[in-house]
Amino acid sequence: MEYAVQMKNISKSFGSINANSNVNIDIYKGEILALLGENGSGKTTLMNILSGIYYPDSGQIFVSGKEVSISSPKEAFNHHIGMIHQHFKLVDVFSAVENTVLGIEDEKFDLKAATKRIEDICGRYGFEVNPQQKVYDMSVSQKQTLEIVKALYRGADVLILDEPTAVLTPQETQRLFNVIRSMKADGKSIVIITHKLNEVMEISDRVAVLRKGHYIGEVETKDTDPQKLTDMMVGRAVSLNIRRTDPVNPVKRLEVNNLSVRNSEGVQVLKNISFTAYGGEILGIAGISGCGQKELLESIAGLQKAESGSSIKYYAPDGSVNEMIGLKPAEIMDMGVHLSFVPEDRLGMGLVGSMGMSDNMMLKSYRNSPGPFTDRSPSKKLAETVKEELEVMTPSINTPVRKLSGGNVQKVLVGREISAVPTVLMTAYAVRGLDINTSYTIYNLLAEQKEQGVAVIYVGEDLDVLIELCDRIIVLCGGELNDVVDARTVSKEEIGYKMTYLTGRGSDPREDKQ
Amino acid sequence: MNEHKPLVHIVKRTDIRWWKAWIIRLLSVAAALIVCAAVIYAIVKLNPLKVYGSMWNGAFGTKRRSWVTVRDTMMLLCIGIGLAPAFKMRFWNIGAEGQILIGGVATAACMIFLGKLMPTWLLLIVMFAASIAAGAIWGLIPALFKARWNTNETLFTLMMNYVAIQLTSFFVSLWEHPAGSNSVGIINQSGKEGWFPALLGNQYTLNVIIVTILTLGMFIYLRYSKHGYEITIVGESERTARYAGISVKRVIIRTMCLSGAICGVSGFIAVSGASHTISTATAGGRGFTAIIVAWLAKFNAFVMILISLLLVFLEAGAGQIASDYNLNEYASKIIIGIILFFILGSEFFINYRLVFRRKESTR
Ligand SMILES: Nc1ncnc2c1ncn2[C@@H]1O[C@H](COP(=O)(O)OP(=O)(O)OP(=O)(O)O)[C@@H](O)[C@H]1O
Ligand SMILES: [Mg+2]
Repeated sequence: MEYAVQMKNISKSFGSINANSNVNIDIYKGEILALLGENGSGKTTLMNILSGIYYPDSGQIFVSGKEVSISSPKEAFNHHIGMIHQHFKLVDVFSAVENTVLGIEDEKFDLKAATKRIEDICGRYGFEVNPQQKVYDMSVSQKQTLEIVKALYRGADVLILDEPTAVLTPQETQRLFNVIRSMKADGKSIVIITHKLNEVMEISDRVAVLRKGHYIGEVETKDTDPQKLTDMMVGRAVSLNIRRTDPVNPVKRLEVNNLSVRNSEGVQVLKNISFTAYGGEILGIAGISGCGQKELLESIAGLQKAESGSSIKYYAPDGSVNEMIGLKPAEIMDMGVHLSFVPEDRLGMGLVGSMGMSDNMMLKSYRNSPGPFTDRSPSKKLAETVKEELEVMTPSINTPVRKLSGGNVQKVLVGREISAVPTVLMTAYAVRGLDINTSYTIYNLLAEQKEQGVAVIYVGEDLDVLIELCDRIIVLCGGELNDVVDARTVSKEEIGYKMTYLTGRGSDPREDKQ
Repeated sequence: MNEHKPLVHIVKRTDIRWWKAWIIRLLSVAAALIVCAAVIYAIVKLNPLKVYGSMWNGAFGTKRRSWVTVRDTMMLLCIGIGLAPAFKMRFWNIGAEGQILIGGVATAACMIFLGKLMPTWLLLIVMFAASIAAGAIWGLIPALFKARWNTNETLFTLMMNYVAIQLTSFFVSLWEHPAGSNSVGIINQSGKEGWFPALLGNQYTLNVIIVTILTLGMFIYLRYSKHGYEITIVGESERTARYAGISVKRVIIRTMCLSGAICGVSGFIAVSGASHTISTATAGGRGFTAIIVAWLAKFNAFVMILISLLLVFLEAGAGQIASDYNLNEYASKIIIGIILFFILGSEFFINYRLVFRRKESTR
């Protein structure tokens, strides 16, 4: 096979952190290479070097056998290398075609011709892009597609995708994989970074593994399996099990009745939702993304206005019952109802990028200390504990969290919520972007919370995990509660079906159809 | 294609020792002085050392000049201290100029109408309170609109300046003294009612005391108080603030009241502690200069002292060389420009490192 790119002895450090040390990686023409490694192992840094965002401290890069020097993204494109980042770089008010031609200097500005070329690219690989659509009207997956088209438009032969599936639904992921396959068939090389091992097994030809900035090795996908890959990443044998105990005398914590919510555009996003959550159990929420999970959690947390007639009752451990609709978010938090929502851009909600771990720890609790001044000693201690327990990779607890790798940022967020000793703990997409080992740490932390009597509400995309982790699962479909199922007996297919078709509560979907 | 490594590439520094940063800053000042010397010699054929001497002379040449320098530094610092919380919250308060004027007008009104009615110590307290209230209101108005209707605060605060200027000229014509002078003149010149008293043998001691207390207070407020913590969060991300249960509107309104109030106090100091008169020139553009002070110091109250002093020193020095050597004002402005350019430039070298291509890799 022919080399598309060879990276030799690449090193790059940030201050005292060696993000890459003497990494060697080869990318062949017409192959899909998966780049694997724990959070903070240097995957993004390595690919940023290849795409001209960072310049390596030392090492060589060869493109098609010739040594090159890549000191800007533009030069990377001159060598036909394009990267799709975790954070999209699109101009919101521009249309797809305008974004595509933006910044291409040596070409006449001809939108008609560009539109034609975009349509050609879409036809060839099976993308669905409307060239005239404005970016602000696009879903996350559409924006990602546009980024890929943009890279291809600029003539990329090597395409790097940094955790493209972290923000996609399973259906969207399948669509992405289809276009990746057709690009491969066209002779392009694709590097994909992902933490989901089933995806690695499904899409890649070869896997390269990094650990703590070092290159560990590579294997052919057909010769390996998820367990072997995990051991390679972590450097020792790890077990991937979720410990699920039966709920022990569950107590009623939350009673949601007839909850209806309209979003800021006046569209009804939740319709007459009613359910109960118990302390000592994990209640899962399944649904296609955007079908109301976010609004549901946010209305419980007091961040969304509910329609009149809705009711959310909180049964406190001391026996008192409170209506939560109309309360301020801070009041709800003080009652012990905590929400951790991991948004698509991770930093946007819940963490302050310029502050260190320590100061971020007190984001929700700083009010509790008496007097006008903040008391930083508890948060310092907490930061040290979280750093230790979740193995957060950071030079110090005062390093701005913006400088941490994506997964480590998230450990800080989840660690804080769990340590707040809530009575109701709602988490959404808690493992988005986390490596497999840490994901299981989080699952088991949630299970531990449940065992201690916390009512855990878990929103997640991975149905396998939902079924393994939760006790009961609410299935949402288009803003309505379709069914509540027992996680121990339900099948993945059944949940998938109920996510897409309204079946009516409790009735068997298959009977309905006859 | 001929592939070559770039001659030099820029790397962001992640950690720099504080003393290294200060060495870079000092070097940049030295470099600025050398370049200025060359420019001075090339353009006006003067001995640069003498010119520098005369700059120093302008700022610190006599005891009185030194105290004027201190007074002006305190004034600029006070405004910078007022702007810091707003800017830290990413609220673009361009309206310090107006907030100073309004604070000054309130002070002048108290001096004129209450001067004979109460002892000076009480009058000072009343004026202090009045200037705080006036400045706070001037800060509150744009904040309310921002919180309620999300209006653009940059435009709004800027326009509030012009309203304040118009109001000031209205009051100047109302309080005109003597008639026909088109100015208020020195207020209470005979009895000095409402003037800052000389403390410890100096006229400006009180200015220093007030501003020092404000500086210390602001440092502690921003760094250690719950309010300061909230300001940082709102400035960074409003969504995060909402998630943390912070009422963004309340923080915006509260912080802008504070910002306006401190700028109002600068108006009080300018009128009662320095000029003893009010005119549309009382703020004199310092409301804008103080923006530089706040940003260059990255809102660190103590660094603001240094930067205010530098700016005031340069201003005084420039005035002095202009008069000593009969130079055009612009010639001295060029020198200020060069020095500022180098100091701003040094921040680049503190944040980034240049890595040069090594010999052996050139082919
Ligand atoms: N701009 C930066 N400044 C300082 N440190 C950085 C910077 N970028 C990355 N790092 C550090 O370099 C290391 C590698 O980070 P990188 O983002 O490459 O990890 P990653 O493998 O992509 O992790 P993840 O799976 O969490 O995205 C981390 O320890 C991170 O903290
Ligand atoms: Mg990464």
